[in-house]
Amino acid sequence: MRWLAVPVMALFLALMLYATTGLPLRGEPQAPANAHVSPYYIEKTIEETGTPNIVTSVLADYRGYDTLGETTVILAAGLACLLILRRGKGL
Amino acid sequence: MLEEFLGRYSYFMIAVLMTIGIYGMLAKRNLIKKLIGMNILQTAIFLFFIEGGGKLGATVPVIDPQLGNDPAKYINPLPHVLMLTGIVVGISLTAVALAFLINISRTFHSLDEDCILKEMSK
Amino acid sequence: MIERYENVIIDIVCSVMVPLIQLFALYVVVHGHYGPGGGFQGGVLFAVSIILLRLCLGKEASHKKFPPKLAAALAASGMLVYMLTGLAPMAAGGAFLDYGHLPIPGVSGAELRFLGITIVEWSIAFSVCGTMVLLFDVLAEGMR
Repeated sequence: MRWLAVPVMALFLALMLYATTGLPLRGEPQAPANAHVSPYYIEKTIEETGTPNIVTSVLADYRGYDTLGETTVILAAGLACLLILRRGKGL
Repeated sequence: MLEEFLGRYSYFMIAVLMTIGIYGMLAKRNLIKKLIGMNILQTAIFLFFIEGGGKLGATVPVIDPQLGNDPAKYINPLPHVLMLTGIVVGISLTAVALAFLINISRTFHSLDEDCILKEMSK
Repeated sequence: MIERYENVIIDIVCSVMVPLIQLFALYVVVHGHYGPGGGFQGGVLFAVSIILLRLCLGKEASHKKFPPKLAAALAASGMLVYMLTGLAPMAAGGAFLDYGHLPIPGVSGAELRFLGITIVEWSIAFSVCGTMVLLFDVLAEGMR
């Protein structure tokens, strides 16, 4: 069955290459990804949070809930490794 | 035609990278190689997002007093934030997967799929 | 698994590099408001310096400098500070994680949110640093 992987992956690559033709050109300022909320972040970050680095202000303020979940995920991963490899042996 | 190619060649490379990653996950027998394939797939997705957030003629998303706060002058910060999240989640995923692999190699003394299946059916 | 590798070059290079990496980690966390950087990157850099100590000093000596229990405590306390920063505005009448309502006297508006971002970045840095050292310890201990 392993020989099946090569034609399946060739098909997948063809599908992906076909899908790229529907994407906007590289670096286009009017692309949909650059349209909705990101202009708001760029315009309001100094006024609302006083932080010049937009990535920091989005990460910690506008999307703080997201980052909270992310920190929980990494802490949970550490505890999961601890539980998998050192069960019953303590810290 | 040439403009089409120049505008999209990075997406072609990302598609190739993604295919390499999925091929690694599907076809390789060694579990560590499957994990490396998963990491390559993740990297392809990070590159795709970062590539989608770029704007020609724009600078890094740190507000410069000389440029003001015109959205056309800064690249899109949102993919960077999302990919920062993605990288951290990827690290956690890799760590948990490595812990499982260590446990598997302790139990079955092998990381090869066929060996493990043979060992399990015994 | 990790043992001390007796070599004068490695000792000297590590003794020079570790403080530099730690200083750079602090710079990256503090500078997160004004340039590339932030809690995750700084925390990982600090953890890397501890991992370098673990690799060059061996288990005994480096556990004295940075005990594994401290790593777990750091990870958990960073998470706790983040949660409390989220809950404090709720007690003061705002929404969850709305730094504009943090009960800190003397500052308001954008400055208060700036301060909230600083607290959160530092808690993320502690949490990530502790977790990375914990992961390294656990995985290195398991590989035998």
